[in-house]
Amino acid sequence: MARGGPRNPMPQQDVAERVKNFDEVALGYTEEMALDEAERCLGCAKKPCVAGCPVNIDIPAFIKLIKEKDYIGAAREIKKTNSLPAICGRVCPQETQCEAVCILAKKGEPVAIGRLERFAADWEAAHPDGKSPTQPENPELAKYHVAVIGSGPAGLTVAGDLAKMGYSVTVFEALHKIGGVLRYGIPEFRLPRDILDREVEYVKSLGVTFLTDVVVGRTFKVTDLLEQGFEAVFIGTGAGAPKLLGIPGENLSGIYSGNEWLTRINLMRAHREDYATPIKIPKKACIVGAGNTAMDCARTALRIGAEQVTIVYRRSRAEMPARAEEVENAEHEGVVFKLLTNPVRFIGDEKGAVKAMECLRMELGEPDDSGRRRPIPVPGSEFEIECDTVIVALGQNPNPLIRTTTEGLKCESWGGICINPETGMTSIPGVFAGGDAVTGEATVISAMGAGKIAAAGIDRYIREKHGI
Amino acid sequence: MTDHADNTVCRLADLTPDELRNTIVRKEKLSPVLTLFEIRAPLIAKAVKAGQFVMVWMGEQSERIPLTVSDWDPNKGTITIIFQEVGRSTIELGQLNEGDYIPSLSGPLGKPTEIDKYGTVVVIGGGVGTAIARPVAVAMKNAGNHLITIVGAREKSLVILENEMRAVSDEIIITTDDGSYGRKGVVTEPLKELLDERKIDLVVAIGPLPMMYAVAKTTKPYGVKTIVSLDPIMIDGTGMCGGCRVTVGGKTMFTCVDGPDFDAHEVDWEELRARKAFYFNEEQIQKEIALSGGGSK
Repeated sequence: MARGGPRNPMPQQDVAERVKNFDEVALGYTEEMALDEAERCLGCAKKPCVAGCPVNIDIPAFIKLIKEKDYIGAAREIKKTNSLPAICGRVCPQETQCEAVCILAKKGEPVAIGRLERFAADWEAAHPDGKSPTQPENPELAKYHVAVIGSGPAGLTVAGDLAKMGYSVTVFEALHKIGGVLRYGIPEFRLPRDILDREVEYVKSLGVTFLTDVVVGRTFKVTDLLEQGFEAVFIGTGAGAPKLLGIPGENLSGIYSGNEWLTRINLMRAHREDYATPIKIPKKACIVGAGNTAMDCARTALRIGAEQVTIVYRRSRAEMPARAEEVENAEHEGVVFKLLTNPVRFIGDEKGAVKAMECLRMELGEPDDSGRRRPIPVPGSEFEIECDTVIVALGQNPNPLIRTTTEGLKCESWGGICINPETGMTSIPGVFAGGDAVTGEATVISAMGAGKIAAAGIDRYIREKHGI
Repeated sequence: MTDHADNTVCRLADLTPDELRNTIVRKEKLSPVLTLFEIRAPLIAKAVKAGQFVMVWMGEQSERIPLTVSDWDPNKGTITIIFQEVGRSTIELGQLNEGDYIPSLSGPLGKPTEIDKYGTVVVIGGGVGTAIARPVAVAMKNAGNHLITIVGAREKSLVILENEMRAVSDEIIITTDDGSYGRKGVVTEPLKELLDERKIDLVVAIGPLPMMYAVAKTTKPYGVKTIVSLDPIMIDGTGMCGGCRVTVGGKTMFTCVDGPDFDAHEVDWEELRARKAFYFNEEQIQKEIALSGGGSK
């Protein structure tokens, strides 16, 4: 009989300590907590959680295995549809997906599915049983080569799925390290690097080849890959072009895009003196925006030693796009929120470095197209916020490199690649796409969901083409 | 460099892993602070065009730095870079030898220089910028332009690629700041004389920021179209971070994907100078680390 009552809270690193390090904030369930939490799952027949998961993990099945203390079995169950469970257990917004539709959520708290997923994945990694990973379903397919562009969540998913089917897969990554946004974007205190390395190793163990330092669109073109004998190409290049405010003074020194700030720290480790990439430790940092990237930037600034970190957002708390958990974490760590505030220009010092940000106070009006109440400036409410660092974290546009170098690739006016939503195929036969490159900036798991669709689409395309 | 490399891409399947390891096949010290590497990089050698650059990363603690490709041979599968040892990364790069690998080399990046038949073209290379100016000069000459080159340097030992530039130019002027070689003075002096004497259709200037700025100011009153190749601070080099942004004609551009070539008369030079100097102190500390041998390898 399932137990009632609230879910097990996630143990966290003490707040006073964690703002001084890059270690993971959420510590993960103990075996005891996981068993107790698993008992809360009713194992209901309707399984709404499975439909709520973008990659359709059989959630009740893996939780049942946890109840039976077969933790490795639970991890393998998840891996049937998700090659990256330790990552998803950490960064998925479960509260809007599987957990949102959990039957327990109607009357109380849903099962902590994400925490259990993480527990199973971490247990498997900590207790290797020496068994080789999944064997390819059909080794005959190895003669067909598929190229995957980008090694972020979408690319890793496509690569993992196709390798499991039996295809030969080569992943091309523009940077010198694998992982895309998981590497340069998400900070270590949310996704430790050894976890990411472990998941990438798993995909490699499936037989996937990775080639770093290849900038498709420049080193060669998408269509070159088809001419080189790849049966299909998947474009998973993400949303890598930062949106800026477009207000005066934005190119003063000390003003970063969220991407630049996070790349300097997460990928290049600029905050460490023995690393060559420079960064200046802020005294007063302002982050513009209130999404997950903004929270990551703010919390990263605190950890490298900023004295004061302020999030500046033009709407109110209710409209913040970040996960509630991340906002809470930021707040506990000492990030100040200046809401209903909109920057209108940046003011520089004699050296061309930012020293202040002029803002307007805002009021909320009627809902706009996004359904959120529209911010309206209060006339005459100008005021200045002193700052030596500004991080503009307003989101990303798709990177134009592939779009502008691939003839015949149909795209939306804002830059997203057009696809058939059922197969992931673009306007070019044999060329598929998915993730942020198609949708604009979204979540890790939605990119993985798109990757699954594209992998199935690629499989069908190759089979049809060769009459398999 | 062949101008019309056949367009077939290098077949990945034909390359052994060893050929993708960015092996330094030739190292030449052009001066105490200028080093030339010829690197085996068959994919880049097939794709690169005049004006494009590569990103170099030398290991875990290294930064990513842009270096413009000075020469290439698609048949041999090699590219040539020439760099001046000015900071931690370039000093450490200069410590590599023939047979060593460069851990990460990606490209070609940026848009190629727009080559066309303009008429009379002046290509100016300042210091190590001459390495970048050379392929542009070759391409301009091959496009049928009357090519005048001006090669400037602080002093004689920093004049590079003189023979190569001489071979391709219809006219060549060499200047040194101290008069130790060629004409004494800076590149803008002969440039101004040329502008006064005859019709110049295009000026391309590649070199240190103050030189390019000075060229821009010199040509502006004459209304002669002037192209510069900018080298701001970059991190990824693929349009992802915006660290290399520069204001051109009032608009924000990313040098790595929108450039590196821009209209010199539209560039906000003061802003560019400030952005480049922002990390000066940090760079000096890193340079000390490299000089004391404490950097990454």
